[in-house]
This record gives sequence, structure tokens and C-alpha cells, in this order.
Amino acid sequence: MDYQVLTMGAKTGSLPRPRKNYLNESHGFMSWAGTLDHKRIGIMYLVGVMTAFLMGGTFALLVRLTLLTPTHMLFGKVLMTAETYNRVFTLHGAIMVFLFIIPAVPASLGNFVLPLMLGAKDVAFPRLNLASFYLWVTGALMAILAMVLGAVDTGWTFYTPYSTTTDGPVTLMTSAVFVLGFSSIFTGLNFIATVHKLRAPGMGWFDLPLFIWGIYSTALIQVLATPVLGITLVLLMLERGFGIGIFDPRIGGDPVLFQHFFWFYSHPAVYIMILPGMAIISELIPTFSHKTIFGYRAIAYSSVSLALVSFIVWGHHMFVAGQSQLATVVFSALTFLVAIPSGVKVFNWLCTMYEGNISLETPMCYAISFLILFTIGGLTGIFLGTLSTDVHLTDTYFVVAHFHFVMMGGTVTAFLGGLHYWWPKMTGRMYSEKWGRTACVLYTVGFNMTFLTQFFLGSKGMPRRYYNYLDQFQPLHAFSTMGSWVLGLSLFMTLAYLLASLRKPMDAPDNPWGGTTLEWQCSSPPIMHNFEDQPVVARDPYDYRPVKVR
Amino acid sequence: MSTTSVDLPSHGGHGDAGHIDDPHHQHHFTTMEQQFDTAKLGMWLFLATEILLFGGLFVGFGMMQGRYPREFVEAHEHLVRWQGALNTVVLLFSSFTMVMAVQSAKNNKKDKTVFFLFLTIICACIFLVVKYFEYSHKFEEGWLPGKFYSAKGDSIPGSHGYATFFAFYFMMTGLHGIHILAGIGLLSWILMRAKRGEFSNAYYTPVDLVGLYWHIVDLIWIYLFPLYYLIQ
Repeated sequence: MDYQVLTMGAKTGSLPRPRKNYLNESHGFMSWAGTLDHKRIGIMYLVGVMTAFLMGGTFALLVRLTLLTPTHMLFGKVLMTAETYNRVFTLHGAIMVFLFIIPAVPASLGNFVLPLMLGAKDVAFPRLNLASFYLWVTGALMAILAMVLGAVDTGWTFYTPYSTTTDGPVTLMTSAVFVLGFSSIFTGLNFIATVHKLRAPGMGWFDLPLFIWGIYSTALIQVLATPVLGITLVLLMLERGFGIGIFDPRIGGDPVLFQHFFWFYSHPAVYIMILPGMAIISELIPTFSHKTIFGYRAIAYSSVSLALVSFIVWGHHMFVAGQSQLATVVFSALTFLVAIPSGVKVFNWLCTMYEGNISLETPMCYAISFLILFTIGGLTGIFLGTLSTDVHLTDTYFVVAHFHFVMMGGTVTAFLGGLHYWWPKMTGRMYSEKWGRTACVLYTVGFNMTFLTQFFLGSKGMPRRYYNYLDQFQPLHAFSTMGSWVLGLSLFMTLAYLLASLRKPMDAPDNPWGGTTLEWQCSSPPIMHNFEDQPVVARDPYDYRPVKVR
Repeated sequence: MSTTSVDLPSHGGHGDAGHIDDPHHQHHFTTMEQQFDTAKLGMWLFLATEILLFGGLFVGFGMMQGRYPREFVEAHEHLVRWQGALNTVVLLFSSFTMVMAVQSAKNNKKDKTVFFLFLTIICACIFLVVKYFEYSHKFEEGWLPGKFYSAKGDSIPGSHGYATFFAFYFMMTGLHGIHILAGIGLLSWILMRAKRGEFSNAYYTPVDLVGLYWHIVDLIWIYLFPLYYLIQ
């Protein structure tokens, strides 16, 4: 037999490109709206979540603009009243959490990449996948309808008793979240079944790319936590409609019980948001360091253990809400556990980069940005898990800065990295590397201007969600607002050059970065069935040694 | 990862178009067995979400019972114990007929499958008829949830405990009832398919999955019955 020696990490793609791919296999509106192909559903989700990101981002820019001066004046006019302000930050939070971050990575990039990485033809239940997308659309339309009907001013957490007494379409908004929850459950259920049953021949659990481990852990939380949010929101709606006396203290209910129920979902939901981000980083770092991942099993186990730990720390959201002192101490101690698997990941990524042959293409720039921002976000989380400091920092901008460092600095940065990483695979086109790196640098600078500032604001005592503030806070608020403009500019730039790349003819090689996982072995863009022949796995997922192939 | 090509049968069109050998065999599964196992895993995961959905209500009930222990015991006297017991027996029997339906489908016995599915649907309807009488009695007496509670003569004046008890009673049995209704829909659907002779030893996945669903609906009632009708 003839063998040739080939480095697995080599950039390939000179093969004749197949004439048909998933993008041009069929045409017309229905070929997309009724598709069962995971790749097309992933693209539709991507368009959906990016639209939600644009909406939520616009509201965020408006919130920051209002806070530019303590008088909220711009060009001699009051920008928005306190009531409007409450509505706008609620919309920002609710849209970003439920419509964007939760589905962002799993449902869009995950849907596209997960079956490819497994060497499968599709997810386990293609029809359920499409149903999940339409549930997302329904939920999104309901949320938009609630906005049109007068918007909700409860914050995205819908805390009782305010949410049971305030006017406005709270019931419609919570119904929207209920529907979105089921969309998320269906995606998670589908992914678990797919990972269990549709792995390529020869692919054991420890041959899975680490992206899959992250998405799998996320899916476990989606399936096991989201139903509790569903029933909590039903109880909230019934409390508003029937006065059943569970959450409203005037009729014998317990508002802290609502907080327990809510955070029993919403704390694990934080890991629904961050685990897929970590999953992407675990792909980017070895690919652009051109080196085998350090501590494969440690990273895999840390994903699953984060998913498990996420279920037993919800009480740290209620340190000052009147839960017992014993519970508070126990939840604080458990919260520190989160630092262990997070730290394991960060150190393993750093060790992967150590002595690697690092190339700073756009996805890697985002990965490095992630490492910095996520580490700051994670470490400030320890401040908030510590009882004595948390009592002072609760409900200040310190908390706002902390979770934006994790949610945006972590998840959104990783999402952008993943989007740039798989963009050639999804669209068959390369974007401008120069613009990509510029946008990434602007993004990181703008992000730190906006949110690093808020740590200072919070530790000086600026409470979160307040419309009014003392004059002494103005310089920091103004600096943060200017940062939000830089951040906004970088994101609009990204949108522009990514869309511009679509006008070019398809120029992306099959494996532009020298990745070793299976999705780089099919063509860019992939054919309808993903692979010409069923792939069979015989090597580690991050093997960069030279190999003999037939 | 290195890949080599192996000889596998090439599969037909995308979507649910299926294999040429068996129309139920979806394109992205290698074998029917793999497809069956996957469907079953998916169903078990769905059932886990059902348990968690009801779990929130069970926890809420527990909290409120701790807050109003006396009112909850007094309010539960208004429930008719024999009606609850009858429904428990009916549902347990329906689980048996469901098992028999799955077994018959697996053994290619079409007529028996149809017969047992029909019996299961009848049991579900009996359950709902009993529930109808229970509910209408409570509507007449004003034992209604939350702010609609209007019954006279309960012993602790001004307490919300009774209203909360009936709020939970209607929420939990109501949500369970919705699941029974959905179950009737699903059972009727597979009954029609069974009549057309679609199920056989080679393919009876829908019967098996609806069976799993029906057992969980039964199981939840097994917990609801002592919780509401037998508390002391």
C-alpha cells in the first residue's frame, strides 16, 4: 500500500469543491422554512439571535446614553423618564438573557457544528430541532408584542411582589419566556441524544472534541433546570390572575420562595450561558497554538462538574434577601467550589499555549481577549461569594460589572471568536483578517472602558438599576458611556465586514486554520449530508503529530 | 483525527424521506436499532423534564403546607376520598392495558394492540368523568383557588390557607388533567396508526414511547392521590 506522510494540522482544501452544498442544494423560502437540516436551522438561529443581539444592544446603548449626565439631558432635552428607563433596562436584560445569550452558542453555532464534529449526518431529532426554532420565533414575537403593548418594568428577574402588582403585560412577557424555555429544553434534549447515539464509529467519549463536552454539559442543565423556571413563571402568572397566595405576602405568600424558584433555574442558566463559551475556547486555543490540548480529561470533567455545581449554589443570589444564616454560609462555601473547575480550565488553556506555535488570527485574538476578561469576571465573582464583601456590594454596579465580564466578556467574546472560527465553514468565505483583528482590539478596549469602570462605580456605592445618581459619579458614568460607543462601533464594524464577505465568491479552503476535529474534514461549506463517506475515528481529537494516511 | 472511508450503504434523500428498505428508517441513523434507542433516550429525557415541572408544584405545596398545617388538613376533608381512590384504580388498570398494547404491537398482534389501546383510552375518559364530578362539586361549594374562594364555615376566619390549598389542588390536578387529555390525543393517534397496520416487531417505537408517557402520567397521580386525599 502507498502511504503519504501528512501533518494533520496542515491547511488543506485544494480538492475540487463539490458543486452542490447545503446552501445551494435547494432554493426558495420553503426550502429554508421547512428544512430539517441542522446546518440550515443553525443558520436561521444565527440570524435570529443576532437580530436579538442588535435589539438588546441598542437598548443597552440607550441606557448608557441616559446615564451620561445626572440630569439625563441631551441637547437640552430629557432623554427618557424614570419609567421609560426602567422599561428599557428590563428589555435590555430580558432580550439579552432569554433571546440572545441562552440560545446563542448552542442553538446557532452548536446546531451547525455538533453533528459535524461527531461525524453524524444530523442531530438525533431533526423535526424537534425545527420545532425548537419555531418556539424561539414564537417566544420572540410574544416578547416584542409585550414591548409594543407597553413594556415591562420589573427587570429580567420578575421579582415578586413588584411583578405581581405592577401594571403592564407581565403575563405576556413571562409567557414568552415560558415558550423560549421549551425551545431551549428541546435543543438540549436533542443534543444529549445526539452525543449519546450518533457518534462516528470509533469515537469514544474521550475522543469527543472538548466543544462537545461543553455543549453536552450545557444541554444537561437546559433539560434539568429549565422546567423549574417554566413552572415558576406559571405560578407567577396564576398569582397575578387568581391570587393563589404563594408569592404575594399580602395574601400569605412568600416572595423569597419566588427568588429560590427563580434562581434554582437562573443560576444554572448562568452556566448555560458560559459553558458553551468555554467550549469554543477549548477549540480555538489548541487550533491556533497548533498543539495538542493540555489536560484533555481535566477540561472534560470540569465542564460536567461545573454543570453539577451550578445546581447547588443558587442561594448566593439571596444573601441579603432574608434566608437563614446557616443557608447563607453553606451557599457561600459551595459557591467557592465554582472557582475550581473554572480555574482548571483557564490553567489548562494557558498550558496549551505554553510553547505552542501561536498564530494570532482573528479567532485567537478573541480567545486571548476571553482569557483576560473571563479571568477578571471570575475572580470578582469570588468577592461576591464572600459574605462580608457581598453585603456591601449587593445591588451595586460592582455586580453589574461582574456579570457583564462573565456574560459579555466571557460568552459574547467566545461567541464572536467561534463565529469567526466557523464562518468559513458556514459560508464558504473568508472575511478580512485586517478588519477582524482591528474590531477585536476595539472590542476589548471598549469593553474595558465600559465595564471595568463600573467596578469602581460599584465599590464607591453606586446602586444598580437606579435612574438618578449623585453628581460625584458623573465622570465615571460618562467614561463608561463613551466606552459603550467604542464597543458598539466594534460590533457594527464586525457586522459590516462579515456581511461584506458574503458578496465575494466562495474562497474558503476546507481547513483554513489547520484544525484537527472532524468538521474541518468536510468541504466548506459542507454538502447536505455533511460527509462524502462516513468518517471513522482512529486518533485523538487534538493530534498534531504527523500521520500516515492512505 | 484521521478518517478513512468505509463501505456503508448509501442513504437516500435528506429529511425524513427514509431508506428504501423501511420507510420508517430515517436517513441519519445507521440501523433501526440505533434509531429506536435514540428515540427512547429522548423520551426518557422528556419525562425527566416532566418530573421537574411537577417538582416545582410539589415543593410549593410542601412550603405552603408547612405554613398552614391545620388549614390544609381541614380543607382536604372536602375532597371525596372514594372518588380519588376510584381514579387511582382506573389509572393503574390503564397502565396495565398500556403494557399489554406495547407487548401486542411488539408481537405483531394488530387486533390486540388496537383493543388494548382502546381500553386505555376508555380508562382515561373514565378518569376525566370522575374528575368532572369532583370539580363541579367544588365549584358549587365555592372551594375555588385563591381570590375566587368563597366557601362559608371554615373554622379559622381570615386565613388564606383554604384558598391556597384549593389553588394547589386545582393547579396540580389541573396540570395532571391536561396531561391526561394530551395522552388521549396521543393514544388515539397511535390507535389509528395501529389500525392501519403500521406497527410490527420491526417498528413499534411510537407505541413504546406513548406507553412511557402514559406511565409517567399514572405515576404522578400515584403521588398526587395520597398528597391530597390522605393527608392527616
